[in-house]
Amino acid sequence: MDFKNKLIRKSALELAKLIATGELSAEEVTSAFLERIEEAEPRLHAFINLFPDFAFEEVSRMEARFQKDGENTPFAGVPVAVKDDLSTKELLTTCGSKMLENFVPVYDATVVKKVKDAGVVLLGKTNMDEFAAGSSTETSYFGPTMNPWDTSRVPGGSSGGSAAAVASYEVPWAIGSDTGGSIRQPASFCGIVGMKPTYGLVSRYGLTAFASSLDQVGPMARNVKDCAAMLGVIAGHDSLDGTSIQVEIPGYSGMLGGNVKGVKVGVVKELAGESIEAGVLDLFNRSLDLLEGLGACVEEVSLPSLKYALSVYSIIASAEASSNLARYDGVRYGFRTDEPVEDVWEMYAKTRAEGFGMEVKRRIMLGTYVLSAGHYDQYYSKAQMIRTLIAEDFSSAWEKCDLLVSPTSPTTAFQLGEKLVDPLKMYMADMCTIPVNLAGIPAISIPCGLSDGLPVGFQIMGPPLGELKVLDVAYAMEGAIGFEEKTAEKVLPS
Amino acid sequence: MRFETTIGLEIHVELSTASKMFCGCSALFGGEPNTHTCPGCLGHPGSLPVTNRQAVAYGIMLALALNCEIAPRSIFHRKNYFYPDMPKNYQISQYDVPLSSGGSLEIDMGDYIRRVGITRVHLEEDTGKSIHVGESGRIHGADFSLEDFNRAGIPLAEIVTEPHLKSPEEARVFLQSLRSIIIYLGISDCKMEEGSLRCDANISISADERIGTKVEVKNMNSFKSLYRALVFEEERQRSLLQEGKTIVQETRHWDESNGVAIPMRTKEEAFDYRYFPEPDLVPLELDPTWVEEIRKKIPELPAAKLERFQSQYSLPQDVAMVLVGEEEMADFFERSADSKASPVEIGKWMVGDISAILNEKGISIKEAPISPQMLGELVLLLEERTISSKMAKEVLLEVFETGKSPRSIVEEKNLLQITDEKELEKIIDEVMAENSKAVDDFRSGKEQALKFLIGNVMKKTRGKANPSLVSDMVRRKLSS
Amino acid sequence: MAISEEEVEHIAKLSAFFLSDEEKKVFAKQLSEVLDCADVISEVDTSNVKPTSYITNLVNVLREDEVKPSLSIEEVMKNAPHVYEGVFKVPRII
Ligand SMILES: [Mg+2]
Ligand SMILES: [Zn+2]
Repeated sequence: MDFKNKLIRKSALELAKLIATGELSAEEVTSAFLERIEEAEPRLHAFINLFPDFAFEEVSRMEARFQKDGENTPFAGVPVAVKDDLSTKELLTTCGSKMLENFVPVYDATVVKKVKDAGVVLLGKTNMDEFAAGSSTETSYFGPTMNPWDTSRVPGGSSGGSAAAVASYEVPWAIGSDTGGSIRQPASFCGIVGMKPTYGLVSRYGLTAFASSLDQVGPMARNVKDCAAMLGVIAGHDSLDGTSIQVEIPGYSGMLGGNVKGVKVGVVKELAGESIEAGVLDLFNRSLDLLEGLGACVEEVSLPSLKYALSVYSIIASAEASSNLARYDGVRYGFRTDEPVEDVWEMYAKTRAEGFGMEVKRRIMLGTYVLSAGHYDQYYSKAQMIRTLIAEDFSSAWEKCDLLVSPTSPTTAFQLGEKLVDPLKMYMADMCTIPVNLAGIPAISIPCGLSDGLPVGFQIMGPPLGELKVLDVAYAMEGAIGFEEKTAEKVLPS
Repeated sequence: MRFETTIGLEIHVELSTASKMFCGCSALFGGEPNTHTCPGCLGHPGSLPVTNRQAVAYGIMLALALNCEIAPRSIFHRKNYFYPDMPKNYQISQYDVPLSSGGSLEIDMGDYIRRVGITRVHLEEDTGKSIHVGESGRIHGADFSLEDFNRAGIPLAEIVTEPHLKSPEEARVFLQSLRSIIIYLGISDCKMEEGSLRCDANISISADERIGTKVEVKNMNSFKSLYRALVFEEERQRSLLQEGKTIVQETRHWDESNGVAIPMRTKEEAFDYRYFPEPDLVPLELDPTWVEEIRKKIPELPAAKLERFQSQYSLPQDVAMVLVGEEEMADFFERSADSKASPVEIGKWMVGDISAILNEKGISIKEAPISPQMLGELVLLLEERTISSKMAKEVLLEVFETGKSPRSIVEEKNLLQITDEKELEKIIDEVMAENSKAVDDFRSGKEQALKFLIGNVMKKTRGKANPSLVSDMVRRKLSS
Repeated sequence: MAISEEEVEHIAKLSAFFLSDEEKKVFAKQLSEVLDCADVISEVDTSNVKPTSYITNLVNVLREDEVKPSLSIEEVMKNAPHVYEGVFKVPRII
């Protein structure tokens, strides 16, 4: 038991090394994490589907491959959890929806393929808000995920399952997707590291689209180096994604030096004001002191258009979602109503009424409304113009600052059910993360301490393709904060 | 009342790329249902479109051929509506920033030229196909439908005309001219029966200067049915106006078998396509040098070719028009006219006997066993008076049967025309000796007898004698 | 800006789903609230501002016209809810 405990507490990079040198076998690593999952799941529900048989098969496949070309599988045998909106060939991919409860994809998402190629072993698919529409993982058709720090609270969302699984040592790292903060906000609520890369750096091929111009896949881990390593695995140009950018991928994890001296850090005034909970703000400010102590120049900057970010986001994201979710119609795959129907139109209406949950319907309705005749200019077109202003605000900020910072979320993890009834309040949970998606820039959330026993996230934003800079400062801060060492025993004690 | 008809067309052309518009599936027509599909064609979660370069190139070529301006920047939109043959329930199509706009096409109506404005040429993806199952075999009264997505995602160029066409006949000629251009460009097979060329029409009738109400007519799948549907609709609207009734703005469905355009049942809410820019596809900002490269690849188009055929080869207009109407025919003609034979004669043979044989056999000139050189040879044999025109017809049939060259057929069958006057004289003498009555008849003034004698000479030579030469010689002999 | 239940019904039709009377009420209220909130954007002067539809500055992402293998028919039909003689089956369209 003690040994296993130690094993599951190792970082992904450590595990990779131990497996590569033969000190641990991939089977025993897989078994250890599956045991931990078995132990923790009843209280967490971080996974929608687990694939232990597949995992062991993968391990043997991988071992055969490893013997052939060892150097090409740098993370051979290291387990991973993948959000259930990423397509996995022959493995159920539900997107947290009744609509896809029994859907078995016929192809692997590019990210999944890359992870497999690196020898990483998929254990299961993690829980999420239905079709990624939510900030708490409560809208999942399969029931909510609980926060490992306090199981009466939400893990954040929509990548709440991935965040909870990493935080509770069910897996060393995980993959999530982030449309308005869906990686960073749950990372913040669960006390882990989560990163949304530059739009176009990681392929979206195989990622179930929610809002195509905002969605981005990203890594989640318990430390910055693992996070950087996973980014290195999944980033890179993909000819199957027409919005994928062609750029050299640096070996992120190997290049972290933790050098903060002279780095100009701007504190975004609009994201660090009165709308931030006192405990969160306090920890945020202490982290700024720490940054200064490490040699950074910290100053306040204003991005006035961010005031509109939430409105702009809710219009653009729901508009795109209303169109992306139109394909779930009961014709080619997925759920179809069992009710008698007169014609195909009635089949659609019943299938979609039964197959979608309230939050998804609400966003489809909003999106349909803002795109419909007579409202397009007032809402959709206007929002796109203000998106330009927001991106321009960031562009001018990069003339003065190397990086920008803010709290990741205005609050710590809230109670299950607390905000579910009030969509407006729920949307506020993403106020600090949304501008990043609108601007298409990279940002990371790292834990910066506990407020009333709950983790608080610190967000570092960088210019387009500034991943390395963001990761390096995060790495330095992580070392100075020492969050995991101090808190590991507190997370979901057995 | 004074009526004026106004027609605008919307034409969809399937581009003959190897793969589909946004995925690598085969764009070939047919195949077992759903065997040309992938996660993209089926709208599976997470699938993404990536634009086919060749489809864009074909779109540019068509736009240039129709004298359109290529937009320096164009984007794709999503057209959102639910229909079972649409895998994503939106169609990726160009909307307010299309590939090209502002073109024109002149059509030759015989006694006048009509210049038709081309509003735009844009790119989009095709939908799948619904197969209606039930006794009627049609959408009305079907028990259920089956969905085949093989066609979903095949690249389409949509051509929208200005409402410049003034009659159903002009519409028909326009569509034929357009088809001919597209086939010249080699960017589509334009088979209306396979749906690779589809045409919808907007038609309105104004009465005494009052502007008419636009009615859309769909589902015409041949040139004839386009013409018939427009004539039907023109008549229907005209008689309504004469009765003082108003015309409802609507979409009508052409029912070919019954020869009527029936109103399509519209759903309660008007269509609201909620167009917005397709976030999965970045803009096209076409490199002008690429556009110029494509422009250079445009072959000589029918109108220019028609003019050239008349001036270069002195072809009569009707002959030139038939030849130009089909690129294969025009090419064949030109290669054949390369020989020493007279181009005018070659042209006449092509639109005459050769077309008749092709029609009868139901094959194209490309599939025929005759080569341009063979035709040149045949016409030359005729012009050299080596064979008679009657023989030439026989030789042509023989060429189609055997694929042998006309000269070798003539030699093999000993069909060479007897032009040797000495040899002929011998035969004529024989015939005159055998038919002394006829000789007397002629000499006593019966012109009729000449023909009889010539006929007998021809019979004796088994048609190999040159008839006019025979005629001259017999006449000479009789009057000597 | 209040959204009526009729408007909600129209939007639901465009979105292709039925709503119960209860849902219509809830959505009318919630959509009104969200749009009220979003209406703050009307105060921004956006004359001379170009809309952002694409956040990267990529253009002309084109692939070569090459045929790639399609799915096997087993894969195509694997998730089909209703099938007739091996083809996707839907209720009648009109
Ligand atoms: Mg169209
Ligand atoms: Zn395909």
